[in-house]
Amino acid sequence: MANMAQAVRLALHYAEEHLGVTDIFGEDVGPPLGGVFTCTQGLKTTWNSPLDERGIIGMAMGIAMAGGRPVAEIQFCDYIYNTIDLLKLAGNTLWSSNGQWNLPMVVMTPVGSGIRGSIYHSHSFDASATHIPGWKIVMPSTPLDAYGLLLSACQEQNPVLFLIPKALMRIKGEELIPGEPSEDKALSKLIDAPLGDRTQWKAQWPAVQPVSIPLGQAKTVRAGSQLTVVSYGRTLPMCLLAANALASEGVDAEVIDLRTLWPYDWATIKASVAKTGRVLYVNEDTEVTNFGEHLIRRTTDELFYKLLAPPKLLAGKFVPGIGLADTLEAASVPQQSDIHAAMKKLAAMEP
Amino acid sequence: MAPPFPWVYTPPAMAREGKNPSPSSPTKPPKPSSPSKFKPKITQSDDLPLEKDLLLRMHDVMVKARCLEERLIAMYKSGHGYFWIGGPGEEAFNTALGLLIKKGEGPAYDYLHFHYRQSATLLAMGEEPLGAIRQMKNTATDPYSGGRNFAGHFAKKAWNVAPVSSPIEVQYSMAPGTAWVQKRFGGDGISIVTGGDAGTAEGDFATCLVWASRPGKEVPLLILVTNNRWGISTPYTDVQGVEKISDRGVAFGMRTKTIDGNDPISAYLELKEAFEYVRTERKPYLVEARVSRLYGHSSASGANFVTNEADCIAQFEDRLIKKGLLTRQSADALRAKYAEELAELARQAKEEPFPEGSTIWEHVFKGEPARDPLATEEG
Ligand SMILES: Cc1ncc(C[n+]2csc(CCOP(=O)(O)OP(=O)(O)O)c2C)c(N)n1
Ligand SMILES: [Mg+2]
Repeated sequence: MANMAQAVRLALHYAEEHLGVTDIFGEDVGPPLGGVFTCTQGLKTTWNSPLDERGIIGMAMGIAMAGGRPVAEIQFCDYIYNTIDLLKLAGNTLWSSNGQWNLPMVVMTPVGSGIRGSIYHSHSFDASATHIPGWKIVMPSTPLDAYGLLLSACQEQNPVLFLIPKALMRIKGEELIPGEPSEDKALSKLIDAPLGDRTQWKAQWPAVQPVSIPLGQAKTVRAGSQLTVVSYGRTLPMCLLAANALASEGVDAEVIDLRTLWPYDWATIKASVAKTGRVLYVNEDTEVTNFGEHLIRRTTDELFYKLLAPPKLLAGKFVPGIGLADTLEAASVPQQSDIHAAMKKLAAMEP
Repeated sequence: MAPPFPWVYTPPAMAREGKNPSPSSPTKPPKPSSPSKFKPKITQSDDLPLEKDLLLRMHDVMVKARCLEERLIAMYKSGHGYFWIGGPGEEAFNTALGLLIKKGEGPAYDYLHFHYRQSATLLAMGEEPLGAIRQMKNTATDPYSGGRNFAGHFAKKAWNVAPVSSPIEVQYSMAPGTAWVQKRFGGDGISIVTGGDAGTAEGDFATCLVWASRPGKEVPLLILVTNNRWGISTPYTDVQGVEKISDRGVAFGMRTKTIDGNDPISAYLELKEAFEYVRTERKPYLVEARVSRLYGHSSASGANFVTNEADCIAQFEDRLIKKGLLTRQSADALRAKYAEELAELARQAKEEPFPEGSTIWEHVFKGEPARDPLATEEG
């Protein structure tokens, strides 16, 4: 089974062969490295850019303007902050030109904690990204979703920000990507670049088939009746584990993987919360002006009289960084035990 | 009274007085920005080494562009627009530029990454001035932004004019991208980027130089800087140590030059040489043009005519008259004709409606219906 890095690579391979992707670029994206997380090894249209994030976003915008289809990588989302006005510009180019210039471009970047990345390799970007109108924002939690969502992103006519949770990059999926060899290790032999000299190496691509996961559709990964948990990215699998564990304690939780943050699948959330009356939003970006706060606003606006308990947000602590020591990281972003406790407490609240 | 546009710069003196300069208040012309030790070859000679037709066409566009800007300023001053910024003083260079552009849509044609002083270039390309007037008045009919953006913020996909945007210098980060596609596409289409001198302090300018000149991957990009030696109120020499901005390209192995942008003839000839190089060699060229700024930075600094900077139109007219290609009367008549035509267009635009408020939802995403994503069924 492909892990998320391999799934991204397979999607990009499919996209450059069949969806017209012309340029996959960024710092260390081309050979020999193929990306610091190996997401771009062995691909046909990759190249190494100068170490210049603003240049990377500007180049992607220019390529998109001239009819190319770029996929640009920012090596870590911690380093995307100096591009923020170009992101804003990409988001308003169609609007400011009153519909004349659209930018079909994908920017992908690894996000979040979980690899002991200390202060500058652990940031999240979803809260900031959802303050920039004009972008679609995607954050998968499984390799198959990463594959399908990236294929959709590469067919978009608008800018798409594809956030890849670092902590999940090396976790194998539970579902096969269509066309992927089913035997364990076989995929790695075909598409992982060897250590050492790679000058003669070429990826042997399996004939992967497209999977359609439209942007904007959430997935209910566990059905439940008493409590809704909405999450995405690194914290999603933890929510699912917590829900399964709580089942034996008599708590029946529904878990929704949002998958796309903009546009987001409000219909799925709304139907679930209307049914359960309790909702916990979970993500790991800092909690002040967090995207989950917006979801809570909408929950109280539209579902107030259906609620049995206050809608809750479990997110990262509002501190300037994520410290390196295990204890510091664990205290800063939601952990399995925090999610478990928050769900249990919410399930027990009575009007 | 609070300045009407708190987000635009108000010079400290005015801020202290707490008022924006009213249209009628005489503003002292600013002291000239410290002169450059380097002087580009000032041609301005009696010799007019271009075809008569071209000379007269350039003159015609320059006058029309000046009249357009003066009409836009008049609209601002009479309350028919919230903010003015534009290119009076740069007509010589900008007209020459426009006449050399290969106009069209897609990578076979030139991509244009402009800033906000480019009206003469658009007119030289054959654009009708009514669009600029409509944008000034922010009417629904504004062809560039539908009433969404400031004057001088052109966007015209049919001619590869990328949307002019307010953040200084960002266009220099995007221009290598269109040029990269054109390099691959082949043909002779190039990308052209323009901006001012102060903006070259931004990282985007360095980005442009780096990305345009990657070894073996150079791109067909004409990098232009119009140096008026001002960034709003800050003189060039206060903040930048490099004598010629064009020198910054030298370190990247680029062809570079600094030219007199106030002389349309030398601007045309110098640009022509640069255009030909970029078109055929498919490599970048950095041209710095020394220009004047004749109505200050923008309406925020009063938009009044300054008399202590060279006026490219007056200089050019003197030369054309001396050569017998024009008379004072014919020059004055041309100006009067355009002034009247533009006044009439402004009268027309004044009657046109603003965009409906509900149009804010249009064009957020291409291919998707215009709607408020948070609207509920109940409303
Ligand atoms: C990034 C950014 N910073 C500041 C401003 C405000 N501003 C508008 S024009 C300008 C000066 C630009 O000077 P220059 O680049 O020399 O161009 P000029 O206006 O002289 O043609 C400034 C500071 C802005 N629009 N964008
Ligand atoms: Mg200037």
